[in-house]
Amino acid sequence: MTLALYVPTGSPVHRAPAGAKLLTLVAVSVVVFAVPTLPVVGGVLAAVVLVGLGVARLPPALLGRQVRAVLWWLVALAIVTGVVGGVAGAALVVLRLLALVLAAAVVTATTRVTELVAVVEWLCSPLRVFGVRPARIGLLIAMTLRFIPLVAERAERIREAQAARGGTVRGIRAWTTTAVPLLVQVLQMAHTTAEALDARGADDDAPPARPPSRGRR
Amino acid sequence: MGHSYGARTVLADLTVRLTERRVGVVGANGSGKSTFARLLNGLVVPTEGTVTVDSLDTRTATRAVRRRVGFVFQDPDAQIVHPTVAEDVAFGLENMGVAPAERAERVAEVLTRYGLAGHADHPAHLLSGGQKQLLALAGVLVMRPARIVLDEPTTLLDLLNARRVALLVAELEQSVVVVTHDLPLLEGFDRVLVFDTGRLVADDSPAAAIAAYRSLMAGRP
Repeated sequence: MTLALYVPTGSPVHRAPAGAKLLTLVAVSVVVFAVPTLPVVGGVLAAVVLVGLGVARLPPALLGRQVRAVLWWLVALAIVTGVVGGVAGAALVVLRLLALVLAAAVVTATTRVTELVAVVEWLCSPLRVFGVRPARIGLLIAMTLRFIPLVAERAERIREAQAARGGTVRGIRAWTTTAVPLLVQVLQMAHTTAEALDARGADDDAPPARPPSRGRR
Repeated sequence: MGHSYGARTVLADLTVRLTERRVGVVGANGSGKSTFARLLNGLVVPTEGTVTVDSLDTRTATRAVRRRVGFVFQDPDAQIVHPTVAEDVAFGLENMGVAPAERAERVAEVLTRYGLAGHADHPAHLLSGGQKQLLALAGVLVMRPARIVLDEPTTLLDLLNARRVALLVAELEQSVVVVTHDLPLLEGFDRVLVFDTGRLVADDSPAAAIAAYRSLMAGRP
């Protein structure tokens, strides 16, 4: 699934508390599974689209991208469930998945990562008694969202470099030849990122974190 | 002071006191200049001797030293840790415990200063290379460090963005140490250090130090 990162439009949905939006997302998930009828699931999907496009004023292309990202899953699911449970069953599964994907997209596109992270940190705060630091979990989530597109971009660069030298760009062989250089780049980037986190005070209480790099001079 | 990675010595017999506002550091790849830069804010601690910043030992007062000395890395992608521009600039302030209202004010101020105000809520990965380097600089400057170390800040930039970063560095109020291969960037600096195979081989005005560096490199096969 593509990451529908924050799209600022200043709508009432954007201004709503992140906790309320996440709670609504949970409610949508429960409803589409607890009441498995076409009118209800279809109604939820229509409501999600209405809120996303009409109230939150998100670009239709953004929701379109989310649908395209799961299109093949939808087709496969429709075929399998259609064979097993008929057309009504297939429609129900497809509408349910669409409702969930689009509802998640609306929440992430209308909520800043810091607000989502704050909710996650609050939810994780009882774990402090076990020595867990909720701020670390929040940072982990933010960095995951930040680095997914970056790693994808690096993988694309490696594939382009290999293609420019006559390498395979499709199929399993392309992935295997991309994986090793990508891993090396990601590890190098992880080292620099760890240093940047230190430099920006992310772990002020700790002494210089890691053993020094063997490669740098 | 000196520094080794295991059995390999990367900096040796170095005694230097930096008091000038603009100090440049040059040297071939592997000369030890990046390690020298990292020693200045405690990212690396010396294996021999001590490094002090405003009388603070980087080994024992790491936290205070890092607050005093901001660090800008060569690859901005590796140091931008939040998905959107404003959130990333706010990151250092959160770590410092700055209150949300003041945080928002300082983030807005620094984004305006670096021409990124219109990109506050944009995904960081969609910025151009020059904008990413400006964002990395903004993320450090918003913490208001007294000194800034920049490790090859223009290496990944085109001519226009390199010039833009050079102008911004020249305008900084803080004292600055710049590690670079971009020799024109050092124009107007007060002092330039030249490193070679882990040793300080020249320490002079920019013109004299760069001439020594060119002469050193010219003799290499």
